[in-house]
Amino acid sequence: MKDASHIQPAEEVVIAPAKASGFTSFLRAEGERVELLLSTLRRLGHIGKRSRLIYEQMFLSGIQTLHVVLLVGLFIGMIVSLQTGIELAKLGQQDQIGTIVAISMAREMGPFITATILAATVGSAIAAELGTMSVSNELDALEVMSIDRLSLLVLPRLVGLALIAPLLTLVCDTIGIIGGAFVAQAQLNVGYEMYLTSAIDALRPTGLLLNVPKDLYAGLLKALVFGVMIATIACNEGFKAKGGALGVGRATRASVRDAIIGVIVINYFMTWFMYQA
Amino acid sequence: MSAPSNNTAPVIRFSDVHKSFGEKKILAGFSMELEKGQTLAIMGPSGVGKSVTLKHAIGILTPDAGSVEVFGQEISKATRKELAEMRKRMGYVFQEGALINWLSVGDNVALPLRENTDLKEDEIRERVQRRLELVHIPDAWELMPSEISGGMKKRVGIARALITDPELILYDEPNAGLDPEIARSINALIRELQERLGVSSLVVEHRIDCIRTVADEVLFLDGGKAVVQAKPEEFFNSSHPRLARFFGKDSA
Ligand SMILES: Nc1ncnc2c1ncn2[C@@H]1O[C@H](COP(=O)(O)OP(=O)(O)O)[C@@H](O)[C@H]1O
Ligand SMILES: [Mg+2]
Repeated sequence: MKDASHIQPAEEVVIAPAKASGFTSFLRAEGERVELLLSTLRRLGHIGKRSRLIYEQMFLSGIQTLHVVLLVGLFIGMIVSLQTGIELAKLGQQDQIGTIVAISMAREMGPFITATILAATVGSAIAAELGTMSVSNELDALEVMSIDRLSLLVLPRLVGLALIAPLLTLVCDTIGIIGGAFVAQAQLNVGYEMYLTSAIDALRPTGLLLNVPKDLYAGLLKALVFGVMIATIACNEGFKAKGGALGVGRATRASVRDAIIGVIVINYFMTWFMYQA
Repeated sequence: MSAPSNNTAPVIRFSDVHKSFGEKKILAGFSMELEKGQTLAIMGPSGVGKSVTLKHAIGILTPDAGSVEVFGQEISKATRKELAEMRKRMGYVFQEGALINWLSVGDNVALPLRENTDLKEDEIRERVQRRLELVHIPDAWELMPSEISGGMKKRVGIARALITDPELILYDEPNAGLDPEIARSINALIRELQERLGVSSLVVEHRIDCIRTVADEVLFLDGGKAVVQAKPEEFFNSSHPRLARFFGKDSA
């Protein structure tokens, strides 16, 4: 910390010195993000005080992404339906199309697609906002006024994304299943009724957690984790931005790239824990 | 206060402060003192480290070597809580205003009260309105930072710094970019805060007229050190070669 030219308020956000090998700087960046996340989680008690900001974040995120989620979700459902439908038809098993589309949307496609869209739109916007605040001394201003930036800036974004991601995922799942139905009906000669029966059948209630089907809640849980991760990475990159507009651009890029990588990696481990363990 | 804070101690004391960013040495043995109730102006070429000096005084930056004491306590050794206590007694006017860009003017000024006090909304609104009037922008509450001029941002920054009634105010070029009339009223305000409330001020400032109005002493910062520190009269009449060069008075 001796040469930290940028002494930060927080115990939590330590700015990495520039020179370090690739691997150590990777570890340090991840460590910073984990610390930012944990310190923010310690402020969960401020949720009430920040409810308006949280609501705004959810609303904005929803508005910014809903049309994209609808469009992409629709086509993903259509693709899954078509791809599997062609193979299933060879085996005479078209009646299973609904099952496969429903399960792959709920488990994998819905959360993954939604998270990718959130990372690219909302994540980048967060990194740009906070990056702009950083390069225009606004974070220093908060610091000298003893205002807790984790509570004011990070918490609402983190909670907002954690809540909106599952909601959007639900939308994505639904529209994907509908898209699959169109394709099944039009191109694969599987009627809506058969498709939907098998789709609904696939998402069997568990008797757990309000009777939500496991595939559905596993997917929504993934979405929640992705939302938290996207917000954490975006806030962290934004805070680190230095050097004017160029720095803001760099922060935005890093945030989108790392969030998408993170979504993929965490997706694997969550799938593993939830379906194998 | 645990640290020695007898009444005669200076409000700010820099002792042999060194600070570099990478290879770039900014402060190299900088020392100065600001007495309670006094206004000290800092002058110097652009990029010499005036803003860096102010940031040390409020603990956003910490020295590589040497010490910075504020209210008799070494700021880099303060715990987070002590630091927050010290900063409550200080106001900081940023060079570019540093207003929170997604809050309106009024909400910017209200922010420290909303975040750190339990005051009622009516009380907050009234206090904020008084500060906005003090800096001559009584009708600006609803405007967003992106809608106002640089000079106005600066005045909002001043209003925000004043909202907690600080004992010590650090101004980073409060008059740059303001028209002469507003600049005069800002100067009068700085002076008034000092005379009426005994506020101590550290002001980074270029304008000679401003310095003559507000400053009890002027310090010239160059090469990382305080080159000259003197009363304005002596300062502007000084025959120090570095000052002569800065003011373009050298008979070349
Ligand atoms: N946080 C920082 N990191 C790296 N360099 C900095 C930082 N803050 C200031 N500097 C550099 O220090 C020098 C002095 O800056 P500053 O104090 O803003 O000058 P001025 O006297 O004009 O206010 C500049 O060259 C600036 O680039
Ligand atoms: Mg400056």
